[in-house]
Amino acid sequence: MKLLSQRLLGPLTLVTLAATIWLGLVVTPPDQTQGDLARLVYVHPAIAWVALYLSFGTATIASALYLWKRTRSMVMDRVAHSAMEVSLVFIVLTLITGSIWGRPTWGVWWAWDARLTSTAILGVLALGYLALRRANDDPVRRATRGAVFAVLSAINVPIIHFSVLWWKTLHQGATVFTANRSLLIHGIMAWTMLLSFVAFSLAYAWLLRARYRLEVARDARAQTSLEEMLVTRRAEAVS
Amino acid sequence: MIRVAWLVARKDLRIEARSRVLLWQVVPFGVMALVLAGLALGPSDSSRASAAPGMFYLVMLLVALLVITRSQAIERTPGTRASVATLGLDPAGVFLGKSLALAIELWGIAAVLLAGTVLFLHTGLAGTLRASPSVVVVLGALAGAGTLYGALSAGAASTLLPVLSLPGFAPLLIAGERSYQSALHGGALWQWWVIALVALVAYLGAGILLYGVLEES
Repeated sequence: MKLLSQRLLGPLTLVTLAATIWLGLVVTPPDQTQGDLARLVYVHPAIAWVALYLSFGTATIASALYLWKRTRSMVMDRVAHSAMEVSLVFIVLTLITGSIWGRPTWGVWWAWDARLTSTAILGVLALGYLALRRANDDPVRRATRGAVFAVLSAINVPIIHFSVLWWKTLHQGATVFTANRSLLIHGIMAWTMLLSFVAFSLAYAWLLRARYRLEVARDARAQTSLEEMLVTRRAEAVS
Repeated sequence: MIRVAWLVARKDLRIEARSRVLLWQVVPFGVMALVLAGLALGPSDSSRASAAPGMFYLVMLLVALLVITRSQAIERTPGTRASVATLGLDPAGVFLGKSLALAIELWGIAAVLLAGTVLFLHTGLAGTLRASPSVVVVLGALAGAGTLYGALSAGAASTLLPVLSLPGFAPLLIAGERSYQSALHGGALWQWWVIALVALVAYLGAGILLYGVLEES
């Protein structure tokens, strides 16, 4: 029987996403300088938060736990794999929404900006992780190599985070807080932005859960297929 | 661990010295790539000189991919893994030894290619000499990272190594290129040194901790 929280996850995600869209497109006013373009602030930072910190972070922690002998289990491997796939989707969305904002603001869809480039590299690393898993048939080898690669790739996350401070290229610095932790965004705009973070985090949890269940089903199917094949071969040998 | 590292490094270097693949195949490939880079940049001296550090490191990355593949192929020859397992060699020592051998090979190739950048891409000799210490550190980090990525992609398709390693090498490429530019044209060097040194320590630390896990799998 499903837990109540699991049952509520999907509807709650849809409701918060719908509320974010309604608040972001209808209720909040346009920005004084950027006009309607600023509405991307209700989407892009939240997607980036999920891509870089929530999902890539989950994949890294689950991978590290897989590598640690005490907590090593295929559950950790499945969580890492599922989180990495979701992370890749959100990294691509981060780059797309960033480009939509960049074209009218910077005049180009793509710039060799430190944050853009390092985020794209993270996307390639996530692709590499998935390619590495596909290249190994043995489940233990696949899990171990994937975990090591995920942990190594995580070094890129702090590089992305601090890139706007280290290189000072096109991408703006902190969007929500100043260096001394005071808010840069106020009123309904701040609440909408906060809601967007909740909505996309819930969407991430929903996707992660669905992907994890798919992975469990795939493993079970592989196991069943193997057992079926063994039974068939035994039957052939007996006859 | 140090004794094992020294043994493994000597073994890898001896195999390379006897096969001469590095000398007759990898070094000519690197020189050819550098000449082609000069051709692609056109006849303008200024554009060649300003692009030279980037071209040098790009060629070094391509060369490194070949050398890493060679280094891992040595470990996959029949009987090698069984011998290492039977002897009970410390995996951290094996990692350090392979990284050291790889670094020495990359340093040797880099010496030839740095001379090539002075000759073909017209970079200043004094600036290139000033950049040499940073080249040593960056290539040391590249060797550590390369040994790890090589072990990760071992046994899989050869196309997997570039997909896995090139994004990881990107910060090293940037740090190396910037420090070379600073050595040639002046400017702050220290932050690129910090990135290269942090990468060197991080990759060696990660390799010492994780190489054994990879070999077990």
